[in-house]
Amino acid sequence: MKNEHNDNPPVMKFGMAIDLDKCTGCGACMVACMSENNIPFKEDESDKLVSITWMRIFKLSNGKSFPDTDICYLPRPCQHCEGHGGHSPCVSVCPATATDYSRETGIVSQIVTRCFGCRYCMGACPYHARYFNWWDPVWPDGMEKYLSPNVSPRMRGVVEKCSFCFHRYQLAKNKAYLDGERRVPEEAYQTACTQACPAGAIVFGDLNNPEHQVHQIVKPDPKHGGRSQNPRAFRLLERLGTNTKVYYLSSREWVRRSGDNYLEHEKTGQASQPHH
Amino acid sequence: MSTLDEKAKEGMDDHATHGSDGKQSGAGGFIILFFIIGFAASMVLGWVIFPKLLYSQKQQPFSFNHALHVEEVDDGCESCHFFREDGSFSGTPKLAQCTECHEEPMGDTEDEAIFVEQYVTMEREVPWLSYSRQPDCVFFSHAAHVIGAKMDCVVCHGHIGESEESRPYEYNRITTYSRDIWGHNIAGFAKNSWDRMKMDDCARCHKEAGVIHTSSVQTERDACFVCHK
Repeated sequence: MKNEHNDNPPVMKFGMAIDLDKCTGCGACMVACMSENNIPFKEDESDKLVSITWMRIFKLSNGKSFPDTDICYLPRPCQHCEGHGGHSPCVSVCPATATDYSRETGIVSQIVTRCFGCRYCMGACPYHARYFNWWDPVWPDGMEKYLSPNVSPRMRGVVEKCSFCFHRYQLAKNKAYLDGERRVPEEAYQTACTQACPAGAIVFGDLNNPEHQVHQIVKPDPKHGGRSQNPRAFRLLERLGTNTKVYYLSSREWVRRSGDNYLEHEKTGQASQPHH
Repeated sequence: MSTLDEKAKEGMDDHATHGSDGKQSGAGGFIILFFIIGFAASMVLGWVIFPKLLYSQKQQPFSFNHALHVEEVDDGCESCHFFREDGSFSGTPKLAQCTECHEEPMGDTEDEAIFVEQYVTMEREVPWLSYSRQPDCVFFSHAAHVIGAKMDCVVCHGHIGESEESRPYEYNRITTYSRDIWGHNIAGFAKNSWDRMKMDDCARCHKEAGVIHTSSVQTERDACFVCHK
């Protein structure tokens, strides 16, 4: 039963480019994400200690008063850090092999049935992208029939996070098998948030594939830890070396500057200097 | 430590004295008899009573004769269990498929009469119980295995195509999973590739087929996300 797929499959690196100048902060991506991934909502969703939002929109402000005031909305999914050789912050600390970095897709997975809820990963994640289930999910009567069968609901005591809608990749692969294709086409695998965004602010695809739009926008530089060669692009806390796969775009300098903790004398995008 | 040693020694001494007593009074025979009775009882408990307690049985809505249908159709299993256009697998057929042939009863069996009377004319879906339903956290791609790896249905599902009636559906009372996942043998032994459908079985076959990749950073094997969701 040996087959020809003995070698490792093509190396992909799925990532996102989010144009913050296009984002209006409408929240469609958050809603799409919650319904796509069977994310339970709590009685009081404003209690951020218990609410779960794989995709969350933050509001940034330049802190100036009228008429110079400016705001920006920043959608934050899991950043799917690659770090160096796949050692993303959460993967490095997981004692249960519940979270893992796939070299095949570049996706940081979370296998909730393996997770025992130690929450080291939540402490390690610099982006607060991970959420703990303090309670079993509860849906209003009858609503459990609306749950997606492609995503397994989580129980209390485990950590969960954005998976780049990995189940959609699995389904797209099914179709690729049927069509006799080796690779999943760009349009066949798109995340729920990408498709929901009315402004088209989110672009998703394979960062390794020059034919994909996301590669053309980001132009990642493999020599410099995947840093974007697009002057509009930045990554969150890039100087930590987390090597994330979610790139943000903005023409506004103050927005790009809010992506990291710069000292006053440091220029935006400048590498941090070692302490003396 | 020393007290423990002493105790152990005392125990051994006790045993020795009892043993010699038994020999003298003829109680040794009773001890062996009780041992055999106890052993037999525990065997019965483990192999017969425990599975009965653990598994509950349900009957299918009516008996289905696979052998009869396989003879009638042209395309083997895929005549009724086919791939949809999006690459997903249809699994158990829906009523609409059956009625393509079964608008009227075609034979004179009691089961078909039930089918036509209670489901076809009432336009109700048959609530089939799926023997091979995997737990919710499992993603299984029929396309990857049947089209990609060109595997035969029998490898996992056994010779169900030759069955002439539906066996009872058994499910674990605690997990509610079908008994076919753990396998019919309560000790978990499997002779054939279709006897069990546990994760170990998936992993064993993947290893034998040489499709283990090294995509996982943590394990240097296949990432969990390949088969989990």
